[in-house]
Amino acid sequence: MSDTIKLQYTVSTDDFTRAGEASGDVKRKLKKMGSAPEVVRKVAIAMYEGEINMVIHANGGTIDVEITPEEILMVLQDSGPGIADVEKAMQAGYSTAPDRVRALGFGAGMGLPNMKQYSDEMEIETTIGVGTKVTMKVFQT
Amino acid sequence: MTILEIKEILGARVLSGEEWLDKEVHTACGSDMMSDVLAFVKDQAVLLTGLCNPQVIRTAEMMDIVCIVFVRNKKPDEEMIRLANEREIPLLATGHRMFSACGILYEKGLRGGTDYERYD
Repeated sequence: MSDTIKLQYTVSTDDFTRAGEASGDVKRKLKKMGSAPEVVRKVAIAMYEGEINMVIHANGGTIDVEITPEEILMVLQDSGPGIADVEKAMQAGYSTAPDRVRALGFGAGMGLPNMKQYSDEMEIETTIGVGTKVTMKVFQT
Repeated sequence: MTILEIKEILGARVLSGEEWLDKEVHTACGSDMMSDVLAFVKDQAVLLTGLCNPQVIRTAEMMDIVCIVFVRNKKPDEEMIRLANEREIPLLATGHRMFSACGILYEKGLRGGTDYERYD
């Protein structure tokens, strides 16, 4: 049996009802595999915020997850508008989300800060007009 | 405090998840902003909210929230109830507004469970 489990999810366009399905699935799988509850929660929240971001800002995208006994690697890739000012976007409370998103309980400017808070490593590669790739790692121990 | 006690204290209706009302609740969080819930909630919490959409259930799932109380008698739709049942999260509705619902539970000993910075 291989020590690496690879999962891929497609996050659909602007479908707020289904946003969170991928994160929920990863959460349940990690729980079943016996990851520590704190690790499971960190992965679930970091990925969920990422998933919500993809729906709100980027017309969906793909999420690749690799699970090893050492770490959980999440790569979120979209073909959205890109992030104009990453430093600003990382500030708690800064948001460019439209009002309709706020009415749904998001867009408080906590998405990226939460992802940063709950992941052990995070990297953002973004190009205006091309898309954004967010890589996050959570260590198992 | 159990979910059943919360139901009785708030005079709430059980909308779904009757079979899980004996679960213990340690802390509480009142918010309509799910990102704030994701940032702060600690262990075995009840979520009080005036927001009523499927992301409330998803957020609860990610945070291991044990029960959701909708204030001002907000009514979740069938899809939300289905999501909550799959995740074994009971849904309650109370006629109280957010402030009152939180205050009543606080009075009965339930706390927020998160640290805060104090400015003296």
